[in-house]
Amino acid sequence: MSAAIQETVQPAPVRPSESKRFVERILRVRELALLVVLAVLIVGTELDDHRFLSQQGIKDLLLNAAILVIVATGEATVVITRNVDLSVGSTLGIAAFAAGDYLSGGGNPLVAVLISVLLGAALGLVNGTLVSFGRVPSLVVTLGTLYIIRGVDSIWIGSRSIVASNLPHNFVQVGHGGPFILPYLAIIGVVVLVLVGLFLRSYRSGRELYAIGSSPEAARLAGVATRKRITAAYLFCGALAGLGGALYLARFGNVDSGTGGSYELTVVSAVVVGGVAFTGGSGSVYGAALGAVLLTTINSVLPGLGVNSSWEQAIDGFLLLAAIAVDRLVAVRVANVLRRRNVRHG
Amino acid sequence: MAIRLFAPGRRWSVAVAGAAVIGMALAGCGGATKSSTDSGGSGGAAAQGTANPNGQVKKGLKIAFLPKQTNNTYFTTLDSGGKKAVEAGGGVFKEVGTSSATDTAGQVSYVNTLTQQGMNAIVLSAQDPNALCTSLKQAMSAKVSVVTYDSDTNPDCRQAFINQASSESIGRSEVQLLGKELNYTGDIAVLSAAQTATNQNTWIGFMQQELKDPKYAKMKLVKVVYGNDDAQMSFQQTQGLLQSDPNLKGIIAPTTVGIKAAAQYLDGSQYKGKVQLTGLGDPNDMRQYVKDGTVTAFELWDEVKLGELAGYTAAALASGIITGAKGETFTAGDLGKYTVGDKGEVILGDPTVFNAQNIDQYNF
Repeated sequence: MSAAIQETVQPAPVRPSESKRFVERILRVRELALLVVLAVLIVGTELDDHRFLSQQGIKDLLLNAAILVIVATGEATVVITRNVDLSVGSTLGIAAFAAGDYLSGGGNPLVAVLISVLLGAALGLVNGTLVSFGRVPSLVVTLGTLYIIRGVDSIWIGSRSIVASNLPHNFVQVGHGGPFILPYLAIIGVVVLVLVGLFLRSYRSGRELYAIGSSPEAARLAGVATRKRITAAYLFCGALAGLGGALYLARFGNVDSGTGGSYELTVVSAVVVGGVAFTGGSGSVYGAALGAVLLTTINSVLPGLGVNSSWEQAIDGFLLLAAIAVDRLVAVRVANVLRRRNVRHG
Repeated sequence: MAIRLFAPGRRWSVAVAGAAVIGMALAGCGGATKSSTDSGGSGGAAAQGTANPNGQVKKGLKIAFLPKQTNNTYFTTLDSGGKKAVEAGGGVFKEVGTSSATDTAGQVSYVNTLTQQGMNAIVLSAQDPNALCTSLKQAMSAKVSVVTYDSDTNPDCRQAFINQASSESIGRSEVQLLGKELNYTGDIAVLSAAQTATNQNTWIGFMQQELKDPKYAKMKLVKVVYGNDDAQMSFQQTQGLLQSDPNLKGIIAPTTVGIKAAAQYLDGSQYKGKVQLTGLGDPNDMRQYVKDGTVTAFELWDEVKLGELAGYTAAALASGIITGAKGETFTAGDLGKYTVGDKGEVILGDPTVFNAQNIDQYNF
């Protein structure tokens, strides 16, 4: 969407700041809309069932969302560069098992998390290198690595599985514990989110990711090290998927060779629902995080309301289409408004 | 495996299906040359000669196990029992199979290949009750004995089916177990696997029948939810159950994936010890929850023995001791004497109940 904006904005000689503010406002409205939907959903459910926002209820909502928020944050940084990483589910699965395997041998929980993150980062590096240096479409590359990682996972793990009793007690405790109603997982999620958000907003290399996504060619001509940046985005996305794996292990205490299967679809849905456009260069990690919270909240609300679980996927899909439709609508509107302005000023 | 319908590895179906198409094409060519087609008529079960109940198990029998999915803990345990039984009878054990539990085309090509390799018996957990019939009938007409375990095909496509426990005893005993724990009072719910899982639905049907007994007058089954045998979804369904019904006192999860997810959730929530959980679970998965008081008791058939019984039955069929007709008896090693029931069914026995006292005796 902002690719279209950029084309119309750049040649315009007048007041780019005004146009920019206008676009920013639109984007903020987009995130605000998500917040409103989320609030309506939560308040509505609470009115129907007063235990929804009980201490346990809030804890569950936060716990359900935390891992998806982290992985979606990583995915968003890749999608912003006009690429995609489909291998996050497989990465999460293999990283979770690696940590579990190490821990069941009596390892240190912190080292286990580090193993997950490093393994994820290494896999991300492979993805990034293939995409940026191989000049192959990221959809195809990461579809390939999705299957390769899953295959290696199956061969390595076989029929073994990690269950909570194999893990140190304090590690499992992190999976559901925390001060008052704030689970540790949610705290980790918020910290990751805010750091990444700051980086993308205020740092040169972060802004360059947007530039690449808006127009790779223009970014390259402007002297942005596109390959390096894209590789870094993948590395980072992989590392967060790895972190997600370690947290998944702590939360569910249950990992086998199928863990994380189809998870990439949930992650990509969260990112898109959150307003990070697939055409690159627009959206924010906060939006992606909101998308993640919205999806997991819906999936928590529906069983509570007694809606048949078969409906959940259909509703998720509907939400996805609605989000894309809204994005498209906004993009067309913004483009029109900007064009009219340019004409007026020009 | 029957109770984990959505088992790990189904993302592989695409890749494997591709390979399977090729495999099928190859196997199909070979199979066509010896197609004496259907072994015909009613109950392919008793197709091969007459039984010789006093016969001995032949040495050197080649018996292949074809689980619904390889790399699945449940089948690995089952087949370890099968290996034990086959080798105890002086036979040669072999295990092959698809990495996806929904790759029926792949399973068909494995059956064809095993037939061509001249196996004496195939022990199979069927991914589909109908799709395998043609190739299984071809196998039987080529003098390969066919036994199903865990998940059956149509009765006329195999000679014997090793049933883990009758569906009725599984369904009823879980309600009995929970009833005792709850003192026969309070709301209960069921956390199942997929809504389409036949075995789950059959068990739930028997649970509802058991609940009609007057002693359960104060117990009410309020809801059945489906966690699709996925850890996350089972978590959320369990949360939903507990949230929507404050009077919920017990949950039955007749799926090994569902019960451990529900146990892990209860363990980390305020409901621990207040809401009873029972169902079908693996002792190794559940050990911790039984010991820390999250779960009082659960049940499952003895997986190793189920595999053993399948192995012994296959050997008995391949040696001509039985043909799969009702009323025939045979000795299954140290498991003792078994009788073939209706439609060639051999039932292992009632499910085993695991609790804090006995759980350490089991390792699977």
